[in-house]
Amino acid sequence: MAAAPPLIKLSGISFSYPGGKPLFKGLDLELRAGERLGLSGPNGAGKTTLFHLIVGLLKPAAGAIEAFGSPLKNESDFVAARRRIGLLFQDADDQLFSPTVLEDVAFGPLNLGKTPAEAREAATRTLALLGLQGFEERPIHHLSGGEKKLVSLATLLAMEPEVLLLDEPTNGLDDKTKANFLDILQRLEISFIIISHELDFLEQSARTIYALAEGRILSDDQITLHRHVHAHPHGSLPHHHHD
Amino acid sequence: MLPEPLPLPDSPFRRIDPRLRIVTAVLFSFAVALASEWAALGAGFGCAWLAIILCGLSPWRVLKRIAPAFGFILFLWAVLPLTVPGPALLRLGPLPLSAPGIALAGGITLKAAAILPAITLLIGTLPVATIGHALQRLRVPEKLVYLLLFCYRYIFVIEEEYRRLERAARLRSFRPGTNLHTYRTYAYLIAMLFLRAALRADQVHRAMLCRGFHGRFHTLEEIRFRATDRYWALALAIPPGIVTALQWLLLHP
Ligand SMILES: Nc1ncnc2c1ncn2[C@@H]1O[C@H](COP(=O)(O)OP(=O)(O)OP(=O)(O)O)[C@@H](O)[C@H]1O
Ligand SMILES: [Mg+2]
Repeated sequence: MAAAPPLIKLSGISFSYPGGKPLFKGLDLELRAGERLGLSGPNGAGKTTLFHLIVGLLKPAAGAIEAFGSPLKNESDFVAARRRIGLLFQDADDQLFSPTVLEDVAFGPLNLGKTPAEAREAATRTLALLGLQGFEERPIHHLSGGEKKLVSLATLLAMEPEVLLLDEPTNGLDDKTKANFLDILQRLEISFIIISHELDFLEQSARTIYALAEGRILSDDQITLHRHVHAHPHGSLPHHHHD
Repeated sequence: MLPEPLPLPDSPFRRIDPRLRIVTAVLFSFAVALASEWAALGAGFGCAWLAIILCGLSPWRVLKRIAPAFGFILFLWAVLPLTVPGPALLRLGPLPLSAPGIALAGGITLKAAAILPAITLLIGTLPVATIGHALQRLRVPEKLVYLLLFCYRYIFVIEEEYRRLERAARLRSFRPGTNLHTYRTYAYLIAMLFLRAALRADQVHRAMLCRGFHGRFHTLEEIRFRATDRYWALALAIPPGIVTALQWLLLHP
């Protein structure tokens, strides 16, 4: 039986911001169906940039991006891929722009061509799934930071994506909300890549953990050695211990 | 900052087509703004406040909501009686207060006291999202409508960013004064605010693209013109009708 193509495949990606030094040089990454990847790395390593490259918000200088078995070359390929990939932004205020929660969650389904009644139904159902019943008519600017994060997740889930790209979803969440978030992720039958600086959270949510450093992806085995030391200042960067 | 919509007690008035309310507000404002006869202005004033009381809105809260506008009107009272030429009505020490000046200031005050409560009742009680959709259904250009909606959503974010920046400056012992350092600091602060707003706009656009946005907004709200709205349309036409009719009759006796 031929293996299913990876959901997302990056090969040989190079990228630099205008006037900046090269951020990636020949980066490879693969997300297979059912896989749950964790991605960590120092501030400014390019984790957010990597997500934006995957959905075509930024264009690589070199390399190829594939999603769901077909190459993504021009804007229309990316537009089609974005319907199936949900990207959670690092800052929830970027993600939520409608006056009320319901409007925001229904925005995606409406864009996918659903009727207002269907979109409203999908939005209400998704909000209930995340334990956000009764939030429908709340103005976004009245939500707390954690509530905004959950509503952001709802806006993605309402579009029934096949892949989630989560950029620091637990940033600013308290332990209880974090546990709730984790619980939701584990219940979802969905593949995802999750960026987080909290290795504890990554270990609980992801099956494989990669680190992004110096423009390359370091695989699990290269960082497993250091799993036990996640509490010290070097974080997940490869480094040596002086015993 | 931006006030929330005033809560309107549930009544048949609350359930009428919001487009009707917006159109009425526009018609009434024009009728009163263009009127010049005292009787017409007085009728407009009476209609507005009578409607507020009939709809169960507290006149006191409406007054508080529109109070800031009267600061401007106070300024007109200070200036117009002194500057509009004409025979003096009374004298304030050596200063003659001209009759046309006082009449002008009085007219403007009465117009404001009629139009502002009417708009507060008709539009100020609608959620912003509903106003946006109603405007869209009234074929107001989409760009303008979304400018309104985005303003409502992001003015709070930008205000919060301003406070953060200002707090950061204060925490580092910044004391505003009248000196170059203060001006420069405020200039930086404002420049930073603009920059952040622009970056934010960029990110929001990206987030919208990720959720399948392709240049057209769709709306959830289904605004319908019901059978009873026909009677409401007639009823709501009365106040602007009275004002216009009085103005017309008094000008062409
Ligand atoms: N629009 C931009 N123009 C120029 N440089 C940028 C731009 N956006 C990001 N950078 C730079 O690119 C690098 C990678 O940024 P990115 O946001 O991808 O990092 P990150 O890994 O997500 O960091 P963090 O953990 O802080 O979120 C940083 O050094 C940043 O300064
Ligand atoms: Mg980032």
